[in-house]
Amino acid sequence: MSFDVQVTRRIGGTTVSALIPPADGVTVLFGPSGVGKTSILNMVAGILRPDSGHIRIGGETMFDAAAGTDLPAHKRRIGYVFQDGRLFPHRRVRGNLLYGYKLAEARDRWISLEETISFLGIGGLLDRWPASLSGGEAQRVAIGRALLSGARALLMDEPLTSLDRPRREEVMTVIERIRDELHLPILYVTHDPAEAERLGAQRIEIAHG
Amino acid sequence: MSAILSPDDWAIIGLSMKVSLAAVIATLPFAFLFAWLLARGRFPGKLLLDGLVHLPLVVPPVVVGWLLLLAFGPQGPVGGLLRDWFGVSVLFRWTGAAIAAGVMALPLMVRAIRLSIEAIDHRLEAAARTLGANRWHVFLTVTLPLSLPGIVTGAVLGFARSLGEFGATITFVSNIPGETRTLPIAIYSALQTPGGDSAVFRLAVISVLLSLAALVASEAMARRALTGRSGHVL
Repeated sequence: MSFDVQVTRRIGGTTVSALIPPADGVTVLFGPSGVGKTSILNMVAGILRPDSGHIRIGGETMFDAAAGTDLPAHKRRIGYVFQDGRLFPHRRVRGNLLYGYKLAEARDRWISLEETISFLGIGGLLDRWPASLSGGEAQRVAIGRALLSGARALLMDEPLTSLDRPRREEVMTVIERIRDELHLPILYVTHDPAEAERLGAQRIEIAHG
Repeated sequence: MSAILSPDDWAIIGLSMKVSLAAVIATLPFAFLFAWLLARGRFPGKLLLDGLVHLPLVVPPVVVGWLLLLAFGPQGPVGGLLRDWFGVSVLFRWTGAAIAAGVMALPLMVRAIRLSIEAIDHRLEAAARTLGANRWHVFLTVTLPLSLPGIVTGAVLGFARSLGEFGATITFVSNIPGETRTLPIAIYSALQTPGGDSAVFRLAVISVLLSLAALVASEAMARRALTGRSGHVL
């Protein structure tokens, strides 16, 4: 399964565009801040509508401007890990993890809560509130929440940026294990060359349009 | 207390509580709707709606009461419908007092709820959508619970405002013991009655205590909501 994306969208005075050919594993979107890397992830997630192009995942069409196809975000089953974790502040860790799991159809659930907890090492956090988590803990919970929603692919928007160095290593290891053990395609945004170097099988430079 | 307060006093307190509770419960859905439209909506006439919602805050209450009388009177647009469809009238009834109190409390409730809706991070709602929640589910599980502090504050402020409602109520539904004579109107009546001083004193003290209790309760609830989420005492 892999991403196959070609989108353009005018935002303000500039045009954001990306061409992502199908590739296994991690595809790194690389480029300076402000060129619209996050906008591209938002388009793939279904939060932002492209002006033209197509978005396919594993051969299934999420969006196709020519054919008039536009699957709403909640039906795409694409997990999104944001820069800031973005956990629901009014739910404990357990409630956050199970949010998407409860909404997913039984046949789309491919990982259980127990498996997720041991995979990410977050067993001790279940009854904590998000506000009491460290950055690395919050980011691992956010990844678990995305996996449990039955995601068939992951979008990651600079997931290490808000973390200190030891926490970065901790989350980076998790991401590599998702790539190698769970075989989920990942679209990964960063402006850090070292991260891009370490993760990327396919690297796509995003420049000013 | 029962030795200090007469049965009449208790009846007045009971009526005031009933009118104010009914006013808040009936107004809350409208207040939330207006707050949501003003916080999130983009439509022509939004400024006008904003102005209309806030009107009871700035117009003399007696004018609001008179407008309600026009609307709910037997010849009025709403009063006519109520009479023809349900055979009821709210004139000179406690339900009318609740309507007056609700209208006067609306702006305060809308303001409190609107602030908390505006404070919600849009991006949390986007996150919920990527996790499989449709817009209605996002509203129920993210938007509504996160605006709860504002809803609670709005309800308590509205309740306190309803307890104190005087001008619109007496204009709209008059001053009828046991039906529309709420605390402030009872105090006004006692002031007009020779020898009513002790009743004025008792009722005034009750008014202050009730309003104070409502405000303290709202503050305590708001704090509790905050401490629960952050996991430590603020």
